[in-house]
Amino acid sequence: MAIEVRHVNKSFGGTPVLREVSIDVAPGSLTALLGPSGGGKSTLLRVIAGLEQPDSGTVVINGIDATRLSPQRRNVGFVFQHYAAFKHMTVYDNVAFGLKIRKRPKAEIRSRVDELLHLVHLEQFAARRPAQLSGGQRQRMALARALAVEPQVLLLDEPFGALDAQVRKELRVWLRRLHDEVHVTTVFVTHDQEEAIEVADNIVVLADGVVEQAGAPHDIYDNPANPFVMRFLGPVTEVNGELVRPHDLELFTSPHNDGPQATVTRVVRLGFEVRVEMLLDGKETWAQVTRGTAQRLDLSPGSLVHIRKASTV
Amino acid sequence: MPKQILRWTALLYLLFLLVLPVGLIAWRTFGDGLAPFLESLSSPEALHAFQITFVVALWAVAVNTVFGVGMAVLLARHRFPGKRLLNAAIDLPLAVSPVVVGLALILVYGRFAPVGGWLESVGLQVIFSTPGMVIATVFVSLPLVVRAVEPVLNELGTEQEQAAHTLGAGPWQAFLRITVPGIRAALAYGVVLCLARALGEYGAIAVVSGRLVGQTQTLTLFVEERFQNFREGDAFAAATALALIAVITLLVTKLLRPRDTGEESR
Repeated sequence: MAIEVRHVNKSFGGTPVLREVSIDVAPGSLTALLGPSGGGKSTLLRVIAGLEQPDSGTVVINGIDATRLSPQRRNVGFVFQHYAAFKHMTVYDNVAFGLKIRKRPKAEIRSRVDELLHLVHLEQFAARRPAQLSGGQRQRMALARALAVEPQVLLLDEPFGALDAQVRKELRVWLRRLHDEVHVTTVFVTHDQEEAIEVADNIVVLADGVVEQAGAPHDIYDNPANPFVMRFLGPVTEVNGELVRPHDLELFTSPHNDGPQATVTRVVRLGFEVRVEMLLDGKETWAQVTRGTAQRLDLSPGSLVHIRKASTV
Repeated sequence: MPKQILRWTALLYLLFLLVLPVGLIAWRTFGDGLAPFLESLSSPEALHAFQITFVVALWAVAVNTVFGVGMAVLLARHRFPGKRLLNAAIDLPLAVSPVVVGLALILVYGRFAPVGGWLESVGLQVIFSTPGMVIATVFVSLPLVVRAVEPVLNELGTEQEQAAHTLGAGPWQAFLRITVPGIRAALAYGVVLCLARALGEYGAIAVVSGRLVGQTQTLTLFVEERFQNFREGDAFAAATALALIAVITLLVTKLLRPRDTGEESR
């Protein structure tokens, strides 16, 4: 394993933030630490980087016990949510920083920095200051800076959290592609389940300082370990006290169906999808159907429908 | 027109408080041309006063720069018991009269005090000598560097330093390459303020120096002594020189200040 975290506990002023956390990160994988704010995911990332010391437990990086190593000896790349750009340096000097600290020859530094700036599409901005870059460009610079020292693991703390929705989407596609090119073991923190599912090979769900579930995205989505994970990973609704995904509900108008009967209260069109809100035994529920289905069934407020849970594959 | 009244009041106020006194000094100094001015300042006593003033000021600035930055880092980056007490103590020199500072120093470092006596026995005379004058100047200008640097350190935050650590920099490397450039402008501002304060110090120096002409007499003491001895020409020349130095340091601060904000917008 590239990273093995074992029984890590951490409290801030008596408040436990991580409780008996153990995770494995496979070499070359792209892992997401997913969870609500205050769930401990950033703290876990900072423990792996050495920026926080755990109260107990161990962190092993590539077979070496790194628990007591200072951050500068761990050879990890760390990308901060708010970029932590060195404001007084040019983009070039920011990326070159780690190599200069390591006293590499000038020619080597130059070729490595040029290569990285090319990788993150910032070649023409080498002489600029971070203040002259957009948020997305600054974050790409921070990524190049972290990659420059050829870290054993790359850690990203809500890397797209400070960016607007459009740039966010572009950058996460780009990060996935970059990872497929560079293959460095990567762990990133996010509270956005869509981002985690789209980008990661592996997801660790953290809440209240406890690992709720870990596994491949589709596995966690389809087989959530508990109601919390199910609610966190995607939309849910309740049918007769049972949690289901709204897109797993099938609606019928024909009376020969044996499913429960509900009254449609509202039909909302969201582009291709249609959200059908219903009352079932006095409780609200909703189903997500395609526009075709909604038109075929001729749904409108007051319609009576039978609900059936589709068998998941 | 209340606006007009306000404007004229402000101008008159400045005229009587600042322009007239300083202007008169300059007029009296240069009334007979440049030659008497230069002659007054090139007497051995005057040259020695210049020398001792700069020696004391430079030592005080050096000490306050090192300890000021250290103290600012301590206050901005660390939590420890007694932090609020230290915070309050740093501002004390602004509240205490420099004369009191001088007397207090004599109580500790005077020949007949335990600490001063011991230092004397190992060959270091503090009071009526340069070390005492440096200590007094350090004391009165203590808050200037700390208070200039501390807010900038707070604003800078720790993320850049942490990023430097993850990139392989040790604490000292991160401090020199990341923290110092980050506080550069504020530090320069604090140093210049400290220098101006040190050059102009009178009260504490007057007490601890013993006013020994040609030995521990600084420029401010020189001005006072010449004035008392009816050597007004010398006094005005030295006063004008002090004022010129003050104006130059002020101009330097003005040049340094805009860069603080200018860097953000660039």
